[in-house]
Amino acid sequence: MAEKTIHLKRTSLYASGASPVNMIQAIFYNEDMLIYDLEDSVPASEKDAARFLVYNMVKNHRPKDKYVCIRVNGIYSEYLEEDLQAAVRANPDCIRIPKVEYAREVQDISRRIAAIEEKIGLEVGKIELICNIESYMGVINAMEIAHSDPRVVAMAVSAEDLTASLKAQRTKKGLEVFYARNAVLMACRSAGIDALDIVFSDINDKEGLEEDTALAKNLGFDGKTCIHPRQIDTVNSFFTPSMKEIKYALRVLQAVEEGKKQHKGAVTLDGGMIDKPMELRALTTLAQAKAAGIRTEGMVI
Amino acid sequence: MEIKKPAVAGTLESSDCQIVIRPNGGEGIEIELESDVAVMFGDSIRETIQNTLEEFGVKDAYVEIRDKGALDCVIKARMECVICRGAEEKYDWTKEDAR
Repeated sequence: MAEKTIHLKRTSLYASGASPVNMIQAIFYNEDMLIYDLEDSVPASEKDAARFLVYNMVKNHRPKDKYVCIRVNGIYSEYLEEDLQAAVRANPDCIRIPKVEYAREVQDISRRIAAIEEKIGLEVGKIELICNIESYMGVINAMEIAHSDPRVVAMAVSAEDLTASLKAQRTKKGLEVFYARNAVLMACRSAGIDALDIVFSDINDKEGLEEDTALAKNLGFDGKTCIHPRQIDTVNSFFTPSMKEIKYALRVLQAVEEGKKQHKGAVTLDGGMIDKPMELRALTTLAQAKAAGIRTEGMVI
Repeated sequence: MEIKKPAVAGTLESSDCQIVIRPNGGEGIEIELESDVAVMFGDSIRETIQNTLEEFGVKDAYVEIRDKGALDCVIKARMECVICRGAEEKYDWTKEDAR
């Protein structure tokens, strides 16, 4: 079976670029995605310092088993150009853009990244993008943002700024952001990219976190951003596939392999066509199982 | 770069270091180090500081570092930041391309 790189995004954890201890500790938790933050967690007076820290950390102390991401400052902020200059040279897996509202913003950033990649001899297009959707305008334009650029691999809903832009009250049940979660999720599905759910803010409410994560999983999200390391294992456990899902994934991949051997253009399983997104989903399911310590080799399907 | 004014970068939190830099009145480079691990890592810390000063072409500076167990890459980052602040210059990231 051809090897494909699947980057799990069950859990994302921010580490402040203002705090070396925060960045060092974040390496030792079980999150799939470590986001080195240059934005909200860094005061204006420390933006330059955070840029140097994050650059040197990613360059010299990068965790090998995580999807490494750098969140840059806002699209219209005075810091973005320098952030991109540093972030691209650090060569992370991904750059996370906050408060995206229009496709043209993503395309502009992608072009700026490409110019730096080209200058430093990196493969153009290698660095991926995740767009944070944090306003009503971002939700309205979620579809065009999801399809805006080949670099975009996921969109993440951020509830705090979103509720402020909606003039809504943020509640634990999250009814006020239910539509936004679904709108972003559907846009992601339409573009074949990952959908990342909102944080659950009360770090002391484990039951509430479980309920909210179960909802995210059932709605179809691929992962959830964690606000505190203690949430990581709980969220990961909800995104661990069931035996039924694992066996189905194995059957999908087996059918694809058989199809290749027989030089078939179209492959079917149980009377239905297997398309590319189904194959990718199957690979993701197996990667999730592997990350949870489930051995799938030789499994009877 | 020329250090034009006193500047500070970093904190006294665990795994960090605080570095103060100031012009040294033509006396060249002087480094004052305070660290709980100076016996084991003092030479390495001084080397990182010295190398970063050289990379930035700083020839005259008094550097005080209070280390709280910072990794080498943290010390380097703090040095780069304090030099730019002391020189009142923005960092030219294209310099990284030659390294």
